[in-house]
Amino acid sequence: MPQKQIGNATIDVDADGFMTNLSQWTRDIAAALAKEEGIGELTAAHWKVLEYIQKEFKENGAVPTIRRINKTGLVSTKELYDLFPGGPAKKAEKIAGLAKPVGCV
Amino acid sequence: MEDKIKKVSIIISKGSLIDVYPGLIMANGARMEGIEANLFFTFFGMDAIIKKRMAKIKVATVGNPGMHMASLIGILPGMSAMATAMMLKTMDKLGFPPVPEYIEMIADAGGKLYACKATVDMFKLKKEDFCPQVESIITVGGFYEMAAGGQIIFT
Repeated sequence: MPQKQIGNATIDVDADGFMTNLSQWTRDIAAALAKEEGIGELTAAHWKVLEYIQKEFKENGAVPTIRRINKTGLVSTKELYDLFPGGPAKKAEKIAGLAKPVGCV
Repeated sequence: MEDKIKKVSIIISKGSLIDVYPGLIMANGARMEGIEANLFFTFFGMDAIIKKRMAKIKVATVGNPGMHMASLIGILPGMSAMATAMMLKTMDKLGFPPVPEYIEMIADAGGKLYACKATVDMFKLKKEDFCPQVESIITVGGFYEMAAGGQIIFT
């Protein structure tokens, strides 16, 4: 399994760079991954989304869709695309240390 | 990976639910991948952006071998409504929104929606007949200009 060095930490990743072991995830790793993804500094609004999808994953074993995130009232679809330009679901999940999204919506 | 698709322009030309959904799924999926997406609605596909019709798009139960149902049964009153309800329920379970919500979601995601000028003239429609997410009514020439440099998908 490929590994990746981020600062002093080593993380296990898949072929697309998604983390495969959530227990290795830290906020510093998230910040580094966000920079790599071209998101820049993570703001409070980013963290709100990242924490929500991690919570959903831990509770339901699946990450929420963009539609679901919009429906919770956490952030609107527009805001989500603004926060994570160039593919919000994929980028948010990557930064949150979760697997690549598998759904079509 | 260098040859990533950057822009798609999807034409939706038919008006049954089975014809409309694939274009919507592809447009939204493009935006999810960071791909620029344009949707061009023409002929009966235009029902998906007409305010009065967009929530009433039905599954066709006649002349569709994929339904695995004899057309003679498909013509019975209520068959199309039943098939539509079943399909919408299944799609909802899988996380796919109904048409009006899908249109809103695609527009919120930055997808651009256009209505075909020829069809607008043919059906005597006005800009006010369309949902607010529709950017404008454009000609086929306008469509090609907008689609320049990207891929075109006809559905």
